[in-house]
Amino acid sequence: MDHAHAMSGHAAHPAHIDTSTGLDSRKMAFWGFIGSECLLFGSLIGTYMAYKGKSLVGPYPHDTVIDGQLVEGILNIPLTTISTFILLMSSVTMVLALSATQRGDRSWSVRWLLTTAFLGSIFLGCQVYEFTHFNHVGLKLGTNLFSSSFYLLTGFHGAHVTVGVIYLITLAFLGIRGRLGPEKALNVEIAGLYWHFVDVIWIVIFPLVYLIK
Amino acid sequence: MASTATAATAPHVAAHHQPTGLWSWITTVDHKRIGIMYGVVSFLWFLVGGLEALLVRVQLAVPNNTFISADLYNQLFTTHAVTMVFLALMPLTAAFFNFLVPLQIGARDVAFPRLNALSFWIFFFGGIYLNISFLLALVPGMGSQAPNGGWFAYPPVTTLAYNPGLNMDFYVLGLQIVGLSSIIASLNFIVTIINLRAPGMRLMRMPIFTWMVLITNVLIVTALAVFTIASTQLMFDRLFGTVFYDAARAGADPLLWQHLFWMFGHPEVYILILPIMGMVSEVLPTFSRKPLFGYNVMVFSGILIGWLGWGVWSHHMFATGLGPIADTFFSLATMLIAIPTGIKIFNWLGTMWGGAIRFTTAMLFAIGFIGMFTVGGISGVMHSVAPADLQQTDTYFVVAHIHYVFFGGTVMGLWAGMYYWYPKVFGRLMDERLGQVHFWLTLIGMNITFFPMHFLGLYGMPRRIFTYAEDLGFNEMNMLATLGSFLIGIGTLVFAINLFTAWKRGRIAGPNPWGASTLEWSIPSPPPEYNFRELPVVRSRMPLWEGDPTKEPGIPHGRRDEDTEDVTLAGTKVAELEYPDAESKMSAHDLGIHLPPPSYWPIVMAFGITLVFGMLIFRHAGGALHNLWYGSAVGLLLTVYSIYRWAFEPGH
Repeated sequence: MDHAHAMSGHAAHPAHIDTSTGLDSRKMAFWGFIGSECLLFGSLIGTYMAYKGKSLVGPYPHDTVIDGQLVEGILNIPLTTISTFILLMSSVTMVLALSATQRGDRSWSVRWLLTTAFLGSIFLGCQVYEFTHFNHVGLKLGTNLFSSSFYLLTGFHGAHVTVGVIYLITLAFLGIRGRLGPEKALNVEIAGLYWHFVDVIWIVIFPLVYLIK
Repeated sequence: MASTATAATAPHVAAHHQPTGLWSWITTVDHKRIGIMYGVVSFLWFLVGGLEALLVRVQLAVPNNTFISADLYNQLFTTHAVTMVFLALMPLTAAFFNFLVPLQIGARDVAFPRLNALSFWIFFFGGIYLNISFLLALVPGMGSQAPNGGWFAYPPVTTLAYNPGLNMDFYVLGLQIVGLSSIIASLNFIVTIINLRAPGMRLMRMPIFTWMVLITNVLIVTALAVFTIASTQLMFDRLFGTVFYDAARAGADPLLWQHLFWMFGHPEVYILILPIMGMVSEVLPTFSRKPLFGYNVMVFSGILIGWLGWGVWSHHMFATGLGPIADTFFSLATMLIAIPTGIKIFNWLGTMWGGAIRFTTAMLFAIGFIGMFTVGGISGVMHSVAPADLQQTDTYFVVAHIHYVFFGGTVMGLWAGMYYWYPKVFGRLMDERLGQVHFWLTLIGMNITFFPMHFLGLYGMPRRIFTYAEDLGFNEMNMLATLGSFLIGIGTLVFAINLFTAWKRGRIAGPNPWGASTLEWSIPSPPPEYNFRELPVVRSRMPLWEGDPTKEPGIPHGRRDEDTEDVTLAGTKVAELEYPDAESKMSAHDLGIHLPPPSYWPIVMAFGITLVFGMLIFRHAGGALHNLWYGSAVGLLLTVYSIYRWAFEPGH
């Protein structure tokens, strides 16, 4: 019986609760993943910077004077400013979701998770509108260096937001089923790490693409 | 009685029954089995890559040869490099990471066992996918479509306009699959090494091999990310019509690819050599009966190599005209790397100095590694001088350099590791006589093959040409190189036979046949599924070389004897030592050790991921076949589905 007791004790714990550093392994792996992601985004951002202002034909991102004629830039800065603000606010609701989960407030945990996912979806909706509009006015993937590097950079970021929204909805679903108690707060914390990282990357992308001429 | 109680209280520990046969390998999450699978599969790829090299050498043996066509030649030299780098050498080191790292740090498995299986299966499918390109030759009217633009794949020649076949599509898609596998595996190992060390194993008590694995994996996680983006851009150019590398129409800068590629490509060189340095640093002390000379300096020079390895990529681009300031910077940075590398070489010599050296095959290969790697390192320093490099760029001198580093360095070191750890993996020793034959054939063969290439290069023979004229003075040395390559081939055959026969017929090794000092030698060979019955407590850098009160602590007390089994440790013959873990018949379940149950979701997810990239190849197919590219959406769905099944799988 002693033996059996010891065993059930083993099983009750996650595999490696006693780590060398005291940090949870999943969290550490996630930090490593974020490190790798920095290089992924870094390469895309580097490409965008290398090709900034090198496009041979329009549409151009910003207002440009060519042969004395003003060519209007294609970027819709007010709209993206709003969607940027919404994405940043979703980081706040993410923190609130984590806090609610940690103190065991299940209903607010679900509400804040869904709010975060909803705000992320608004951002995505703006991006879908933006891409559709650009495509409509003739900025295809292969139009010029700007379009290629813009679509890949912001599209890659958008894909990350999409994954994040699905991730958050999954967690909210678990919460509704009553499987997201305070003992599972680490799951929300890791999702939060991802979400904040995606936001931080946008804070780099937004000025680089939209604000700096 | 106890077992029924166990089943009742902890159902998910006892509930899963162990699968057997092939299914047990497909669903395994045991790092040792995954390591063996990595080893077997990548060794087969090594043989394939070697065969491709032999075909190249036959074509070059005589001038104006028509043995293979220029087109096939391009495919062969490209695939030789891609296979060797991504499918043979990197995964061979991964085989060692998998098998040894948890054993060396005193852990039961890696941090994420299923993720580990996922990495392997992605690599498995990715390798097959890349080589389907050759098999297309069997389809009527297709012809072989293997990558043909060099492993560096410089655009614009690799863009659709100049390379309309499927060749480079296989390259960008296949390497993204394989690259993903490496990144996932590396995250796993970084966490394992930092987080799963046995009690008392501080960072500076870790075995030197584990240290080098840690540095290597940090390099993989960062460098392969850059390559992923570069190849994604080329993939979008080829498949979806972006213009990242369309210099003619969109004014793109082809140098962008070169920067991104070599930002990955140069750290990749250290990814392939640092683990080997670690292995050799384990082999040399064991067979010199001396602790590693300057352990701390070895660790820090490894870190320094990894760090500087990130700052030298443009020395691959001296010929592109970057300007004097960039050339100077990258020249100096490259020369700087020679310092930590030189430190390592002298420390290895210092380790052997005054030691009781036993010339086992593993030791011979380790010593061969030092010599050959030094030759490659010195020609590397010659490249770092930008004006000299202009003369050497794109000649056989570079081919000679890279093969001294990768073959004389990486491969020789890997073989040292194979002979050294084979008894731990399979419980049996490899044959020493065959081993010696293998070593001498390899050493002599590689020097006959690659040394003349230095001269060929300085005489002006360009790389990547499929034949050459008769009157250029290249004839004799090319013939020599081809003969040498067949010596290597015979040596490798001897090696393969040795690997295979030792598996069934080798002498029983016992837990510690070499009298080595690190933790993996304290448990039976092959190790039980749970590795350590009780997690070891570590008090020093060399746990098995401590504890003899008559000697200084930390100094090995094994004496040199004629036979390996007679080597003594703390006064007892190695073969007669009693080990607490020796009852390897007991299963983890009997001992109450929780091990993660097997899972088939890794292989399903790996298949899904392979479909996502793999099916994109049909973007270029005509007619009804074109629609098959939607198969990548199916792959995506399969991947997402397996992620959910994986996340909610019981028992993990």
